[in-house]
Amino acid sequence: MNWCKLRIWSHFAPLGRTILVYDAAMTDDQVRVQGATGVDLTLHVAGPGNRSYAFLIDWHLRLLLALAWLLLAAALFKLSLNLKTHDALLSILPAIGIYLLYHPVIEIVLRGRTPGKRMAGLRIVTRQGGTPSVGALLIRNLFRLVDSLPAFYAVGLICCFVSANRVRIGDMAAGTLLVMEDGGAAKSLERVSAIANNSRLSLDGLELIDQLLERWESLAPSKRKAIAQSLLERLEPRGAAGETGVAAMDEAQLRTRLHQLLHGGEAAA
Amino acid sequence: MGEQHGTREWLNARAAAWRKTAQLVPALRDRSRATLGEALDAVESYSALARDLATARQLAPRSRTTAGLETLYAQLHALISRKPPFGRSGLLSLLRERVPAAVVELRSRIVAIAALMAVSAVAGWCLIEAYPELIGLFASNAMIEQVEQGHLWTEGMINIIPSSILSISILANNIVVSVFAFCSGILFALGTFYLIALNGLLLGSAFAFVHQHGLAAALFKFIIAHGPVELSVICLAGAAGTAIGESLIRPDRGTRRDSFQACTARVTPILVVGAALLVGCGFIEGFISPDPRFGLPFRIAIGTSYWIFMLLLLSGRLFRRPLVSALEPPA
Repeated sequence: MNWCKLRIWSHFAPLGRTILVYDAAMTDDQVRVQGATGVDLTLHVAGPGNRSYAFLIDWHLRLLLALAWLLLAAALFKLSLNLKTHDALLSILPAIGIYLLYHPVIEIVLRGRTPGKRMAGLRIVTRQGGTPSVGALLIRNLFRLVDSLPAFYAVGLICCFVSANRVRIGDMAAGTLLVMEDGGAAKSLERVSAIANNSRLSLDGLELIDQLLERWESLAPSKRKAIAQSLLERLEPRGAAGETGVAAMDEAQLRTRLHQLLHGGEAAA
Repeated sequence: MGEQHGTREWLNARAAAWRKTAQLVPALRDRSRATLGEALDAVESYSALARDLATARQLAPRSRTTAGLETLYAQLHALISRKPPFGRSGLLSLLRERVPAAVVELRSRIVAIAALMAVSAVAGWCLIEAYPELIGLFASNAMIEQVEQGHLWTEGMINIIPSSILSISILANNIVVSVFAFCSGILFALGTFYLIALNGLLLGSAFAFVHQHGLAAALFKFIIAHGPVELSVICLAGAAGTAIGESLIRPDRGTRRDSFQACTARVTPILVVGAALLVGCGFIEGFISPDPRFGLPFRIAIGTSYWIFMLLLLSGRLFRRPLVSALEPPA
């Protein structure tokens, strides 16, 4: 998700609070793909920063796994770590295997995801938005040899900066894209749809209250109180608390009222 | 007010379906197979979600609900367009159809690359015959000293490193060379030409050098068991690399990128089979080639039969579909 530009949410603007909002029209790093139903789907392409973040997590993981194997082999099974002995078959070679085959194996097993990509909110898809095939994932990983040249993935990184859709050579060869998956949006949808049946609020109101309650603990007390009051005044101008009621409410009461509204309380808007 | 009411009604009507879809997607994504009912459910949900997304884009284009629907729609799209798992049928299709098709496509390139390697080998031989001191460019000092003392560098190899370890290190090295020959095709095939020519030059110069010290027969005896397939696979990888280069120079699709992608998908099966063959080569080179107990006839037999096996594999004859008579009644 690109949070590169700021947009002021009109509801919060009077309070001088700027909130980062994803705006689909803002960025070029998007691919529109025709869905099977004729309705387009939008893929948000990951940039070099997100790629590097996911790669670093995976690099640490595979290094740790390989080192853990070596440690286990040496300490627990008393195997020699000398490459010129038979023990190397069970000690050093599996560790090298874990390190070198981590990406192709995990990507194939998890269908285009690795733990690092999962943590960074990324996944590999085809240029048509589908799940990549085993062949495509193998090709993508074969070309790591070129992308990693001459060191530190320099070729791949430069390619990501200059290519359309921010892809490295492996992705071009395999016809894949690394896209961002907005887990927050999916969770938010699930939450909004769960409370929608009980609430009489409009979609805007529902989402605003849901977001405010979600961020409640992370906001400064004075700010969240001001936002809550402003929100309640907009959503129920002649609400249960009366004309001066909202201004007189303390934080706990405001929060309770927002909860009530979200889960079925009356509201004018 | 009326529009807001309509939005709320729509939200209330569809919320349950979205919740169900949101639970269906992760459940199906983590499994390789789905029941027919689940698959039909997914397709129906996909259609319904497409309608909802189109509505949401109209009613609340910048809401989190729309963003959530976009995400869910993209996930479901990836799910329903997933190919079947690569199992036995996928492997058979690879060996029966895709590999032979790639070989047919690359025929002329394979011949050209083999010729390039042969010419480079002859050039290497001539170079060392004319200027023996140039062997320092191709071989290490230790190797040169050993040959000058009348011993091949391969002698006693299995006394230093166990055969199993030797095999794995050799096969890994060979696979990396093949993959490099293939991938360096991206430099408009120049990288592939360079690698193939360099390998030919090394081979020719090494043979010329050992020939000067009366060890050519010993080197031939060492490489004959694994060499034919090993060199052939490197040539195949090189041919695939040149195809990639040509797809970039003369794209046969809309764009260079499309052409590159299509060509890579067509020729990569050769590399996969080549890598499997190199595993066999590695074991032959680790267990048979350095072992003095195996005589020349046995090595020639191994080398020849493995090469024939490779030809059968690449032509698709090894896994040919059984012929079914048209007159035979169906089972």
